[in-house]
Amino acid sequence: MNERRNGLKEKITNNQIWQSMFRHGYEKTGRRYTLQVLQNVWLHLHPPRVTRHAINFRFTWCMGGITFLMFLVTAVTGVLLMFYYRPTAEYAFRDIQYLEFDIPFGMLLRNMHRWAAHGMVIAVMLHMFRVFLTGSYKKPREFNWGVGVILLLVTFFLSFTGYLLPWDQLAFWAVTVGTNMARATPVLGHEGPFAPQDIVTQANDVRFALLGGTIVGPSTLLRFYILHCVAVPLLASVLMALHFWRVRKDGGISGPL
Amino acid sequence: MEYFLLLVTKPDNVPIVAIVLLLPFFTWLAFSQGRRNDLAGTPAEAALNDKVYCWPYLCRNEFLCAIITMLVLGIWSITIDAPLEEPSDPTITPNPSKAPWYFLALQEMLVYFDPWIAGVVLPGLIIAGLIAIPYIDINPKGKGYYTLKERPFALITFCFGFFVLWIVLMVVGTFLRGPGWNFFAPWKEWDPHKIVPLTNVNLSYLFGIRNEQPAGIFGMCVVVGYFALGPIYYFLKRGTSKFLQELGLVRYIVVSFLFLTMMSLPIKMILRWTLNIKYIWVSPWFNI
Repeated sequence: MNERRNGLKEKITNNQIWQSMFRHGYEKTGRRYTLQVLQNVWLHLHPPRVTRHAINFRFTWCMGGITFLMFLVTAVTGVLLMFYYRPTAEYAFRDIQYLEFDIPFGMLLRNMHRWAAHGMVIAVMLHMFRVFLTGSYKKPREFNWGVGVILLLVTFFLSFTGYLLPWDQLAFWAVTVGTNMARATPVLGHEGPFAPQDIVTQANDVRFALLGGTIVGPSTLLRFYILHCVAVPLLASVLMALHFWRVRKDGGISGPL
Repeated sequence: MEYFLLLVTKPDNVPIVAIVLLLPFFTWLAFSQGRRNDLAGTPAEAALNDKVYCWPYLCRNEFLCAIITMLVLGIWSITIDAPLEEPSDPTITPNPSKAPWYFLALQEMLVYFDPWIAGVVLPGLIIAGLIAIPYIDINPKGKGYYTLKERPFALITFCFGFFVLWIVLMVVGTFLRGPGWNFFAPWKEWDPHKIVPLTNVNLSYLFGIRNEQPAGIFGMCVVVGYFALGPIYYFLKRGTSKFLQELGLVRYIVVSFLFLTMMSLPIKMILRWTLNIKYIWVSPWFNI
């Protein structure tokens, strides 16, 4: 049996197609384990080896990885949702209804996108909690902690911009309440302290810049759509690349030595 | 009670319920490991310091974790539908109007502070303060392992901010705030006509100051005096405290400012509940 299995393995791995794809065999040696990580674009963010406590769920909680996974899920489901959604006041709500009732698995698609987004917020909070409790922000990881804090902010903003897109009462008023705060920005908001009167008005303060109007309206929908689908995911991706790279450069996952 | 149950089982509030259940578990997980490390004297991770290959050992765990997460997400997505209410209508304002759940701690702060503080300055300081943590925490211990006794101040401050000022306020804002943003206990029915007497007064009024200008000066003194507590303590203690000398003046001022700002929220909350204080400092430009 064992011989047959080995023979099969040999057949699969020892040919031109396999070798062109993976550039290494499948023997059980340390060399191959190393090559497996180094020569794979998806795995090469890992070091060849990690300390043993780094694979302990009790220690790591896996929350950073789950955050990233949730981001990937929202990216994939988000692209699929974009096929069915038009960010205009006339169509947005109808497109969601159409998605829910007429498109095969449309409801499931929407659910996965929404719950993955919420899951990402939960996971990112727990990730931060774990990193704090293990003191993993300490030297030499100070800078990467800061990048992480910005990523937390970006996660909130991604979720918040997406909240408006269904264009229902829930979305409209949640975003109205949220963006009303910008009115009170000191100096830059028209109701904020130290705002120069007649210069900073309802029609040119930071809230106007965010909404593209004096109330949440069609231009807000378009603005939030573009922020949600293009600008913020790009920013998040750049920051995540930086974050992961710094994890490696700062010595991998933190440990007591 | 049914209002409360309706709220708790609302699809969009599932994440809050999840967080309320997950946090005690993870807190227990972290603190039990911290206690174990403290009792043993050396962190358990120190014994696990030999290296293992990422492939297959780490990648296997990551894969396992991804499968379980996708399973949970799949079940969540099949069983609970994302909410969709009536089409948006700027002329019909729901009462209460609430921000998304992760911003409800900020919305809850609006009860105690004006929007420019609760909605702009405090969130900004939360972010700035979080980024500043590694630079102001000079304690070299507790790096890379769970511990309780080696960094008590850092843990207590962070957990207070996270649990009480973020999670509890979020839960209160989501589940216990009804029409008019009035407080409703879980067993109370949401009454849109609930009348709450507006008996709040400014701090200066309690001290018998009735004129605008002296009241403003009094309020300024209170606020400036509150934030001066930090530096005053520094100059009194710096001769004898080795910790303060190591921390240095600049770091100390940042720490004390952030800490006092954080504590100003619970202080203002308690003042509101007990003495019905509206503002500490009323000025022509802003109120605190």
